[in-house]
Amino acid sequence: MKKYSAFAIAREAFRQHTGWERAWARPEPKKKYDVIIVGAGGHGLATAYHLGKNYGITNVAVIEKGWLGGGNTGRNTTIIRSNYLQDSSAAIYEKARSLYETMSQDLNYNVMFSPRGVIMLAQTQSEIRGYQRTAHANALQGVKTEWISPQRVKELVPIMNIDGPRYPVLGGLYQARGGTARHDAVAWGYARACSDMGMDIIQQCEVTGVRTNLGKVVGVDTTKGPIDCDKLGMVVAGHASVLAQKAGFRLPIESVALQALVSEPIKPCMDVVVMANTVHGYMSQSDKGEMVIGGGTDGYNNYTQRGSFHHIEETVRALVETFPMIARLKMLRQWGGIVDVTGDRSPILSKTPVEGIFVNCGWGTGGFKAIPGSGWAMAELMAKGQSPLTEEFNMFRFREGKFIDESVAAGVAH
Amino acid sequence: MLTLHCPNCGVHADETDLHAEGEAHLKRFASGSSDDDFHDYMFQRQNPKGVHFERWKHVYGCGKYFLAARCTATLEVFGTYSAQTHEPPQAIKDAITAKRPGWSWGDFS
Repeated sequence: MKKYSAFAIAREAFRQHTGWERAWARPEPKKKYDVIIVGAGGHGLATAYHLGKNYGITNVAVIEKGWLGGGNTGRNTTIIRSNYLQDSSAAIYEKARSLYETMSQDLNYNVMFSPRGVIMLAQTQSEIRGYQRTAHANALQGVKTEWISPQRVKELVPIMNIDGPRYPVLGGLYQARGGTARHDAVAWGYARACSDMGMDIIQQCEVTGVRTNLGKVVGVDTTKGPIDCDKLGMVVAGHASVLAQKAGFRLPIESVALQALVSEPIKPCMDVVVMANTVHGYMSQSDKGEMVIGGGTDGYNNYTQRGSFHHIEETVRALVETFPMIARLKMLRQWGGIVDVTGDRSPILSKTPVEGIFVNCGWGTGGFKAIPGSGWAMAELMAKGQSPLTEEFNMFRFREGKFIDESVAAGVAH
Repeated sequence: MLTLHCPNCGVHADETDLHAEGEAHLKRFASGSSDDDFHDYMFQRQNPKGVHFERWKHVYGCGKYFLAARCTATLEVFGTYSAQTHEPPQAIKDAITAKRPGWSWGDFS
């Protein structure tokens, strides 16, 4: 792999950019791998990357039904934060956030991590208490966040109307080292690094069946033929239940549509990420100048990657009150993704009833921020059979009643 | 926009008048049941890509529950029916079979 650098750009400039190589290979599947990861999104590729980097396991295939990073990795609003209430959540999300800090250097791929700060607005009395509680919990967890006044919110975001008639801004939970990153680049950077370690990334290859023998996984059937493996990682987000059914077990997950939209590009006006959970909306400004807006999920099961129009209307209506200047903005694009939501709104990183099959799913509406930490922890789980970061996220916690309840702490925007 | 016919009041309601209430035909296991049964009832879901049966509540209408048969891969609605039943009526099953031969969902097919 040729290293990307300022020097490389200069070198290529002198020869009409003919020297760039493909970022990753396009191999045909081999007969057998030590590990197969299903799903070449951020979480799947990060898992493969850390299997190779942390544990030296490189006989790995990452199988993808569509194209690399074409699912929720390419459909989210790119927000990165780790201000969660529960200790186990804070641990894995903060691991992820800290890995984002050095990801561009680690992968030699610019993921444009921008720690511009994230504010979660408190607009009701209960939110004030909730976020102050989270700020205290974060202090104990070693996650750097603070409770800030409405005046400080206004200083950070001058375009915000803090005296809204319905929901005035009463303060905010501020994480200065939260922010955004280029979502596609995260997938592409991991793919390039995995390919460089000799792993096979096989796109347009759908898993049609999971083969087991005496309760242990032996391989998968795919549209490109059968492939054997010793261990199988299922990292397929919205389709987790569909794949689990092929392996003969069920998951406590429902798949629903979550939508986002972006406006036409405008001049820089807001250099932090703002989340307003009471009114179901969150917004940031991309480096291109577009206002990136997300809202709540639809209520019903859906695999179509299309959502309901009235949710877009609700989201935009809510944000217009807090950000009056966006009222005249034209919206450029709108899209949807299928998110996998668990009962306690926390992910599942776990062994399964089938020996050798591991599952990483249930990130719901908040998976992008967790990608590097999720990959780190999932790789440890698959390589060693256990990981301190995944221990409490096992799929059997529902049976035990050991929920990691973030549905209250995280609100709707996740 | 998703519209469903409410079998209780006869209105063709669009989804802003309705609230999705999750999987239908759950068999309830409460106190006295085994941990596995209770866990399955409480948390495990079919979540299929395809034919699905689910509960809806006509919240901004008659306020009553009804059940719907829908395809989660296309958003096609096969029909709605009363919630006072343990199994989809034959007419609903036939409507699904006409569009999705060989379908199955939980104990039904």
